Amino acid sequence: MTTTQNTSPIVDSFLQDLPVAGAQVELDRLVRVFGQTRALDGLSLTIERGEFVALLGPSGCGKTTALRVLAGFERLDSGRVVVNGQDLARVSAQHRDMGMVFQSYSLFPNMNALNNVAYGLRMRKQGSRQRRKKAGELLELVGLADQASKYPHQMSGGQQQRVALARALAIEPRVLLLDEPLSALDAKVRAELRDQIRSLQQRLAITTVFVTHDQEEALSMADRVCVMKSGRIEQTATPATLYSRPATAFVAEFVGVSSRVPVERAGDEVLVFGQQCPVRGGAGATWDSIDVLLRPEDVAIETNPDGKGFVTHRSFLGATTRLVVQVGEIAVRVDVRSEVAADIELGNHVSLRVISRDVLVAPRVGNDLSAAS
Amino acid sequence: MAALIPEIAYEEMQGGIPQVEGDPQRRRRPRLRYWRGIVLFLAGAYFLIPLYAGLKFSFENDAGRFSLYAVKAIPSQTGFSAAFFLSLRLAATTTVLTMVLMVPTATYVHLKLPKMRRVLDFVTILPIVIPPIVLILGVLEAAPLWLRASPYLLSLVYVILALPFVYRSLDAGLSAIDLKTLVEASRSLGGKWVGTLWHVILPNLRAAMLSATVLTIALVLGEFTMASLDLWTTLPVWIYQFSQLDAHIATAVSMLSLIGTWVLLTVIVSVDRSQSRRTRRRTGAL
Repeated sequence: MTTTQNTSPIVDSFLQDLPVAGAQVELDRLVRVFGQTRALDGLSLTIERGEFVALLGPSGCGKTTALRVLAGFERLDSGRVVVNGQDLARVSAQHRDMGMVFQSYSLFPNMNALNNVAYGLRMRKQGSRQRRKKAGELLELVGLADQASKYPHQMSGGQQQRVALARALAIEPRVLLLDEPLSALDAKVRAELRDQIRSLQQRLAITTVFVTHDQEEALSMADRVCVMKSGRIEQTATPATLYSRPATAFVAEFVGVSSRVPVERAGDEVLVFGQQCPVRGGAGATWDSIDVLLRPEDVAIETNPDGKGFVTHRSFLGATTRLVVQVGEIAVRVDVRSEVAADIELGNHVSLRVISRDVLVAPRVGNDLSAAS
Repeated sequence: MAALIPEIAYEEMQGGIPQVEGDPQRRRRPRLRYWRGIVLFLAGAYFLIPLYAGLKFSFENDAGRFSLYAVKAIPSQTGFSAAFFLSLRLAATTTVLTMVLMVPTATYVHLKLPKMRRVLDFVTILPIVIPPIVLILGVLEAAPLWLRASPYLLSLVYVILALPFVYRSLDAGLSAIDLKTLVEASRSLGGKWVGTLWHVILPNLRAAMLSATVLTIALVLGEFTMASLDLWTTLPVWIYQFSQLDAHIATAVSMLSLIGTWVLLTVIVSVDRSQSRRTRRRTGAL
C-alpha cells in the first residue's frame, strides 16, 4: 500500500500551493435539544489553528451533534459557532468551507474516484483541466492515483474512505471534519488509515475535528481529546494527561482501564490496601463513602503468602501481562512486566501497593469489576 | 445452484431418484418441478391465448382467411395518425410533469419529512380507489374553459393516475441510496440544492425514474375512460370508435399498439442498460 509520505513533485507542488492552513474554531455554549433530550448542553470548546481535536464519548453523548452543528447540518437552539472570528449562524453548510468525511461511505456512486474528488472544485466553478489536475494530485496524496477511474463499488472500504478524505481536502477546507470515518473498516485497514490521516493532517497543518467512540483512535491521533458525556465536555486534555490525570471518574473509566476500589478516608488522604495516599486535587471531601480508581500500571504486586489478595486471571499482552487480583470482594487489575509475571501463578497470594503519587477518588457506586473497565 | 447440477444430471441418468428415501428435500424435488411446469404453462396460456386470438383476428379477412389487409389499411384510416400522435404527446407531457412534480417532492419528504412518507403513501394510492369517471367529471366541472379546451388537461389528470406507481418507484429508489449522507456530502463540498439534485440525486435515481417512466407511458397509452369523457380521440378511443366500422382493423391497431408500447419500453430499458454497461467498460473492471 502506498503511504502518504510521497515526495513526488506533483504532491510537493500541491502542498506548496495550499494557502496558510488551519482556522481557529470556537464553540461557545452550544445547546441543541431533541424533544426531551439535550444533545448539547452548553458545550464550549476552542480549537487552535492546525490543531487535531478528537471528540470522544459513548453513544448519545452529543459528539456527532457537535460536529454536525459545526458543519452547518444541524441548527442550534442557542450558542455560537465562530471560525476565524466569523460567527457562522447565518452561513449555510455549502458556504462554510468545511471538508467532511462521513462514517458511512459517502462517495457519489455515479462518479469515479477522480470525479468524486473533483466534485467540490466543480461546484466552485473551476475549469475542467484545473480540477482534473488537482483531483489527480490529491488522489496521489492519498496513494490512490491508480484508482482514479474506479467507481465506489469497485473499491474497498478503506480506499473509499481515502477518496472521501481526498475529496474533503480538495476544497482546501478551513476545517476538516471527520465523523467516525474508520468505524466501518476492519482493524488492519483502520490502523493504516489512522496513520495516514494523522500524517496528512500534520503535513497540511489543517484544523481537524475528529469524532470517535474509540479511545485508542482518539488517544493515538489527536493533539487534544475532549471526553464528552450528556452533551457536555468532561475533560479536554492531551492524550497523556487524559490517561494519567483523568479529571473525573467518568473519564478514568471511559479512557483506559481502571479498577474501582472502595476506601476509607484518613484525614485529607485515603487508605488504599492499608497505604495512605494523597487524593488528586483534594476532591471528595464532602462525599460520605468513596472509591479510588486505579490504573493497572499504578499498582505494584508482590508475592506474599500472607497477602490478602490472590491471582484469579492472567492475560498476556506482550511486554506486559495483566493480572486480576481478588482482594476480598474487589477485583483489581494489575499490569506487570511479562518476565515478572512468569513467576506469579494463578492462586498465588499477593500484596498490592499503590505506586502513583496520588489517587483519583469518586463517590462509591458499587464494588463489581464491570464498572471498572 | 452449481452444486445442484451434478445431482440433477445423476438423477436423470438414473431415470429417476431411487436413493432418496432418507432425504425429504430430494424427495420433494420432482413434484416441485412438475408443479413449476404446470404453473408456467397456465401463466403462459393466460397471457398468450388472448394475444394469439387478437393476432389471429387481425390477420384474417371477413371470410376468416389469412390476410394482411387490416394491417395495410391502418395508416390510411381517418383519424388514426392524429389519435396516435395525440397519445404520444400526452404520454410525453405526463411523464415530464410527473417527474418534475414527484422527484423533488419524494426527495424532500425522504430528507426532511420522513414521517410524512406514510401519509404520502396513503394519498398517492387514492387514485386507484377513486373511479376514473368520478375524477374526470370532477375535473371537468372545476377546470377553467381554456384548460377544458386543451387536450393537456388530460395530462394533468393522468399525473394523478400515475401517482401510485411513480411515487412507489421513486420511494424504493430513494430508500436504496444513503440519500442524507450523499446530500450532506454534496452540500459540504459547496453544492447548492439544485446542483445536488442534478449531479448527485438524479443520476442515482435513474433506475427508479426509468421504472416510473415506463409505467406512466404504459398507463397513458392505454387510458380510455377519461379521454373518452373529455371528448379527445386518443389511440384507445379511436380503436373503440373504429371497431364499430371494422373490427379487424381496430384489433390490428390494438395489437400494433401493444407491440409498439412493448418495443418502446424495451428501447428505454435497453438504452439505460447499455449506458450502465458503457460506464462499467470505461472503468475496465467488474
